[in-house]
Amino acid sequence: MSATSSTILNLPDQRTATLPKRHYLNNEDGLLSWLFTGDHKRIAILYLISITIFFFIGGAFAGLIRLELLTPQPDLVASDTYNKLFSMHGIIMVFLFLVPSVPATLGNFLMPIMLGTKDLAFPKINLLSWYLYWVGGLFIMAALVLGGVDTGWTFTTPLSTHYLNTHVVTAALGIFIAGFSSIFTGLNFIVTIHRMRAPGMTWFRMPLFVWSHYAASILMVLGTPVLAITLVLVALERTIGIGVFDPTKGGDPLLFQHLFWFYSHPAVYIMILPGMGVISEVVSTFARKRVFGYTAVAFSSVAIALFGFFVWAHHMFIMGVSNYSALVFSLLTMLVAVPSAIKIFNWAFTLQKGSITFETPMLYAFGFMGLFTIGGMTGVFLGALGMDIHLTETYFIVAHFHFVMVGGMLMAFLSGVHFWWPKMTGRMYPESLSKLAAVTTFIGFNLTFLPQFVLGYLGMPRRYHAYPPEFQVLNVLSTAGATVLGVGYVLPLLYLAWSLKYGPIAGNNPWQATGLEWQIQSPPLTENFIEIPVMDHEAYDYEWLAKKMEQEVTTVG
Amino acid sequence: MEEHVHEYLPQHRHHFETEEQQREAGTFGMWLFLLTEIMFFGGMFFAYLLYRNWYYDAFVVGSNQLSIPLGGTNTAILITSGFFMALAVWAAEVRKKGLLLLFLVLTTVFGFVFLGIKYDEYHEKWELHHIPGAHFDVSQFVNPEAYGLKEKPLAPDMAQKVQIYFSLYFAMTGMHALHMIIGVGILFWLMWRAQRGDFTSGYVAPIENFALYWHFVDIVWLFLYPLLYLIDRHPL
Ligand code: HEM
Ligand SMILES: [Cu+2]
Repeated sequence: MSATSSTILNLPDQRTATLPKRHYLNNEDGLLSWLFTGDHKRIAILYLISITIFFFIGGAFAGLIRLELLTPQPDLVASDTYNKLFSMHGIIMVFLFLVPSVPATLGNFLMPIMLGTKDLAFPKINLLSWYLYWVGGLFIMAALVLGGVDTGWTFTTPLSTHYLNTHVVTAALGIFIAGFSSIFTGLNFIVTIHRMRAPGMTWFRMPLFVWSHYAASILMVLGTPVLAITLVLVALERTIGIGVFDPTKGGDPLLFQHLFWFYSHPAVYIMILPGMGVISEVVSTFARKRVFGYTAVAFSSVAIALFGFFVWAHHMFIMGVSNYSALVFSLLTMLVAVPSAIKIFNWAFTLQKGSITFETPMLYAFGFMGLFTIGGMTGVFLGALGMDIHLTETYFIVAHFHFVMVGGMLMAFLSGVHFWWPKMTGRMYPESLSKLAAVTTFIGFNLTFLPQFVLGYLGMPRRYHAYPPEFQVLNVLSTAGATVLGVGYVLPLLYLAWSLKYGPIAGNNPWQATGLEWQIQSPPLTENFIEIPVMDHEAYDYEWLAKKMEQEVTTVG
Repeated sequence: MEEHVHEYLPQHRHHFETEEQQREAGTFGMWLFLLTEIMFFGGMFFAYLLYRNWYYDAFVVGSNQLSIPLGGTNTAILITSGFFMALAVWAAEVRKKGLLLLFLVLTTVFGFVFLGIKYDEYHEKWELHHIPGAHFDVSQFVNPEAYGLKEKPLAPDMAQKVQIYFSLYFAMTGMHALHMIIGVGILFWLMWRAQRGDFTSGYVAPIENFALYWHFVDIVWLFLYPLLYLIDRHPL
């Protein structure tokens, strides 16, 4: 079967197709069977629902921020409320959405299937980590309901320990607990990858999605505990007066910065690496080629993870690191850009040599590549010392990290959700609507955040709720963009929900992709495989797939 | 496919192909968890080394306020409890339920003694106004003679820094004690299961993995004791 048409969507005959009788969704019934499940796929769904809830809460705060910034005067909210708004927006988006987004949902769902095993190594710990996520989330919500936090998501001392009288401890505790959820997810992934691969699944036959999760997991396991202890120290400082960061006792607020960014810089890669894994799968599928330079892409994930631990001080150029170390960190920062660039180039080569089709996941993937590249390049600007001193704490930073995190990660997340939705639910969503959503998001995104680069360059500082009138035009553009973007995010929510009941039956392999997950039924059985598969070909082997499909045709026909 | 051909222990979970795989995965997971613990304590060790470098004199004076005999006794007690835990693993491996229970109980008892002595040390610090914060008595270190302390007098701002020493002392030993308390909790659960005979049927993974945790807690202490109590004590 050759993909001559512009689309490779390969849906079964709609008059006769039905979902398989038994699958993980209907294997057991009742709420309790979900709340006590050990099935990685069900836990993935629980996570998907949870992070969606928090995403829209965090998004509502973003909306309020943008509404306030529509006019130069501080007219919608008072300044302390504004501080709380952007703090909660940042905290929720980073810790409750971005960090768990791809790993806890798609990663959880797919990792065991891609490795050819029945579950993650520790199903109970997997479930536990979902509960920890919620306990952490509820603490953060409690901090919100009790009156909010205004530290920003970075909890900078001594601001957070001495000068702010808000619910810092509650929020810090929430992040601490949610942090353990992420540690356990990473731990589960690493053990599963090392110990549970199916026969024949060698390291270099693993899908790149798995590689990227492997690298992200290393970061989760090594970085998150440092954040955890840092927040514990902040909490102890506020409650019982321990003085590790407190300058009046001889403590050093800079130490907080070092510890915080030691986690939070790598955390950026915890957020982005799994997204890169999604893009590798999607690009390969819709270009119908093995990703160019498979090994380089695999190793670049691990390189990003390891280098990521050595660049944290680029967040501290204006905070009193010595000139010498600033220079070193500046250089190291430029170095981390290299493995990211390797990935971008390899995807580009893959595309160039492949026969591309433009399905919805692919549209999102293009969005990712474009926006992440801009985000990454502006990051290199920021890594350059002189530029950073001019641009730091301005809207340039806000634009930069939204390009990376929202333009990058969120696009990748949506790409992945659209790509694997037929596998997860057995059903397809309306194609034209989904393409519309992808395009809307892209346009809305650029309209929101491109003006912010200019604003930052012109000197508009971040975290202020009022600004000089000459900045208004750009701010209005940005707010208008945010509205379009909002529509782009709500659309998938609607048509994906619709598809659960009315979507066309997707069949096992609608994209004609090669991964193991596409060779089993959709939605999969609780135990994934009736018989543990033997991996006898490389990842992304389209010739193998063609042969397999030919055989199926001859045996059936 | 649920009915396996060979016989499995009741503890075998269906998603592992073999018991060997299950056991390896468990141990590997435990080692990784301990790695996260190292990073967790690592933040505090980093802070300790940094501040010790900066405020050397204050740290010397701070160290001198701790009791070597109490710390030393506790070190011995913790090592002994670790020894009993190792014996517990052995007892589980040779499937001796009575011995396993005995060694778990002994591990727990020694764990409690450690925590008791720790409590005593904390209490003493409280009475001497060594707890950082409002009640911290800086004058003791500015003017040690008046308090009968055999210390080098410190300039007022250096004397302030003794608080940092105690902040780290409480943060590090407190975090260590918290790990012990969690460990003792798990020990009670293990005893309950051991008495049911769970671990003397050839299935010893939980005992082994807990032993790794307990030894890790020992080892952290073996760093804390010299760093906090012993280094550079030279009272003049
Ligand atoms: C609907 C789109 C969004 C809009 C309009 C928006 C708007 C904003 C604005 C205006 C700020 C800056 C506040 C300030 O510094 O004065 C901000 C900060 C931030 N945003 Fe967003 N945002 C959006 C989506 C997201 C998403 C999806 C994420 C993460 C997934 C995110 C993560 C962050 C973070 C981490 C901060 C830093 C907060 C801080 O400065 O403490 N944003 N956002
Ligand atoms: Cu960074």
